[in-house]
Amino acid sequence: MPLDEATHKEFKVVGTRPLRPDGVDKVTGRAMFGADMSAPGMLHAAILRSPHAHARIVGIDVSRALAASGVKAVVTRPDFAGDLKGESWNVLENVMASDRALYDGHAVAAVAATTQLAARDALKLIDVEYQPLPHVTDVDEAMRKEAPTIREGVADASVPKGMHPNVVRYHESGHGDVEKGFQEADLVLERKFRTEAAHQGYIEPHACLAQMGPDSKGELWCCTQGHFNVAKVCASLLGIDASQLRVTASEIGGGFGGKTTVFIEPVALALSRKTNRPVKIVMNRAEVFRATGPTSSSSINVKIGMTKNGRITAGEGEFRLQGGAFPGSPMEFAAMCAFAPYSLEHVRNVGWDVICNRPKQAAYRAPGSPMGAFAVESVIDELCNELGLDTIEVRLKNASREGTKASFGPKFDRIGLVETLEAAKAHPHYSASLKSGQGRGVSCGFWFNHSGETAVSLALSEDGTVSVSVGTPDIGGSRASIGLMAAEALGIDYEKVRTTIADTATLGYNDISHGSRVTYASGLATIKAASDTIDKLCSRAAEEWGIDREAVVWEEGHARPAGPNAGDFEPMSLARIASRMGRTGGPIVGHYETTPEGAGVSFATHLVDAEVDRETGATKILRYTVVQDAGKAIHPSYVEGQYQGGAAQGIGWALNEEYIYGEDGRLQNAGFLDYRIPVASDLPMIDTVIIEVPNPGHPYGVRGVGETSICPPLAAIANAVSNAAGVRLTELPMSPPRILKALDEAENG
Amino acid sequence: MVDVVLWASLRPFANDQETVPVEASTVGELLRKLVVAYPGLEPHIDAGVSVAVDGRIIASGLTEPINPASEVVLMQRLKGG
Repeated sequence: MPLDEATHKEFKVVGTRPLRPDGVDKVTGRAMFGADMSAPGMLHAAILRSPHAHARIVGIDVSRALAASGVKAVVTRPDFAGDLKGESWNVLENVMASDRALYDGHAVAAVAATTQLAARDALKLIDVEYQPLPHVTDVDEAMRKEAPTIREGVADASVPKGMHPNVVRYHESGHGDVEKGFQEADLVLERKFRTEAAHQGYIEPHACLAQMGPDSKGELWCCTQGHFNVAKVCASLLGIDASQLRVTASEIGGGFGGKTTVFIEPVALALSRKTNRPVKIVMNRAEVFRATGPTSSSSINVKIGMTKNGRITAGEGEFRLQGGAFPGSPMEFAAMCAFAPYSLEHVRNVGWDVICNRPKQAAYRAPGSPMGAFAVESVIDELCNELGLDTIEVRLKNASREGTKASFGPKFDRIGLVETLEAAKAHPHYSASLKSGQGRGVSCGFWFNHSGETAVSLALSEDGTVSVSVGTPDIGGSRASIGLMAAEALGIDYEKVRTTIADTATLGYNDISHGSRVTYASGLATIKAASDTIDKLCSRAAEEWGIDREAVVWEEGHARPAGPNAGDFEPMSLARIASRMGRTGGPIVGHYETTPEGAGVSFATHLVDAEVDRETGATKILRYTVVQDAGKAIHPSYVEGQYQGGAAQGIGWALNEEYIYGEDGRLQNAGFLDYRIPVASDLPMIDTVIIEVPNPGHPYGVRGVGETSICPPLAAIANAVSNAAGVRLTELPMSPPRILKALDEAENG
Repeated sequence: MVDVVLWASLRPFANDQETVPVEASTVGELLRKLVVAYPGLEPHIDAGVSVAVDGRIIASGLTEPINPASEVVLMQRLKGG
């Protein structure tokens, strides 16, 4: 049966809102997070970090540290694999510097000692001779001819000749003839935008406990979005076999993309291998800011042409993103997503990946897309204002639909952008009146969503309950949604199912919990594993009844004869078959392994009302509404939570969050007192509207929802603030000093 | 024969063509033959590409089928947060 035929089905369990299975553990403190694991004989480790933005490491003398009381080992770069290339080398270089410190906070050595205090004290006894080098932390500055070179020879073959060595990748996409399109327009606007790096801001700092013997067999407990990937990467960085390292994912206190790579895990393993003792590392918040994440900062030019009646005739964008001292900024995603909501005959996107003396960027919810949307949706808002057009009507007039040639190349399959716009237009929020000094902003946003390798196992117990094992850490409520889908497929109560995150020795390889993929991919694999289980249950019933397997069907949790010709037998429940499985052929376990290739893309439309205090420059978000296509909301409360979470993080990114570097290239605000994320009093109640346009690539129609919700907020808030202030804001964050400056420039020239 | 659309910055490595004809029935065969025909594409394909077939974005599956009439577009490899 084609998948899209199933998306119209009626559900009994899917779409309900049972209590979250991890709720009691988390509110009582019983949940085991990364720092909660301990082991007998455990050592504590601390990491020495560069105080320079850029410096040559002339030498490291660890002899005084090794002689200190309680110190058991020190590791530096030679304690890791020495033959790595490409991204593996980049990851190792970020984990532990070789001959150069590339940013403030770059790890250069690590100590394991009997206490945390002894480890931290010993860091002061490591003598590192640095030769400071010129640095650059701004993306535009790093592209200038006179900028210091961060690293030679990093650029790949895509970069045109003549560019600065700090420009390491190039992207260009689009179609049509933008110059022709601009000539057809009645109004063409071009604006420059800048966004600062924002950290993912997860509550739980990185933490791990590692145990590895001299035989290179190891165990690792850590908070991560992808423990299979941790095993693979750590094995590579330590030069061991991946199957000899078993990794267990702890409960996770947020990730948002920032826990899709490794930072401290290889260090703990290297120290454990050296000492033959368990080693624990827990980052403090300053280390999290200085040496993990954040997202890229960006500098963007966007030019859009529009006719008097609101047709967009052409769009062009140039997206410059820095990704820290390593290649990999998501500039191509900024470029590909920015114009995706619109059906354009002429569109051109250019992206530049630039390296700077900053920490290696990590993914952050729909990496790149929020910056692209900020620029494009701001210019559309300004064009609508200039031409006196309704901002939602213009977006509807130009909206991408099924069959539209996307700005990034292919034609769209079934999508729900128009439905989000129509729901936003009909929402009471859009027609509510505003007072003087208040403004309303609208923005659309787009994200691809992802699939990835996935393996699921589903085992029955003799009492008729079900244990589902998945390999994707639960970062957004997936245990509930997986349990709901398993119960739906098997025809049993949700309460009969428990979903567990299995370790790396238990299942086949599972890709990271990223790309909004888990409810889609692990959900699909769970439904297929349930089908495999049902097939086995039906076979047991058929054998007991003495009829063919094909004469048995599965309905509402029972095996039944397919029809009168199959025989007259009492339906047999899952619990009944499970209770006898030891005597009818052994344990019943269903499983499914796949790399599904049908993750449906997703769109959202956000509405925001904001008020600007012209005296202080402070912004208050008065009202916020998220409208997003979920395909099918398996557990609507979690979907709404994802929508609200994306909006809340977007509010922080838009208004206050930023990495601030001093003239010396050092991070000035590595803590939550100076890096201001939104608190409850900064946020209004965030209203949500779930649109369900089923994804043809999933049996129940699921689309990922975790990332799209952060794509529109930067632009929606910027449009609201600009309309409230009467002056266009083009730099994020729109902090009070920036708003006061913009107001002053508008009033005084 | 299927027409494969390249993103703009790949075109210099395929004689500046926007669309390249390739005889292939799967994604894997298509990528292999692209590299044979245009060796300059190899580092880009090795770095990771996704292939959109009739609007469905194939992130990594090499065995996914392609029909001669399919719309095939090369895209940069997808990832997420």
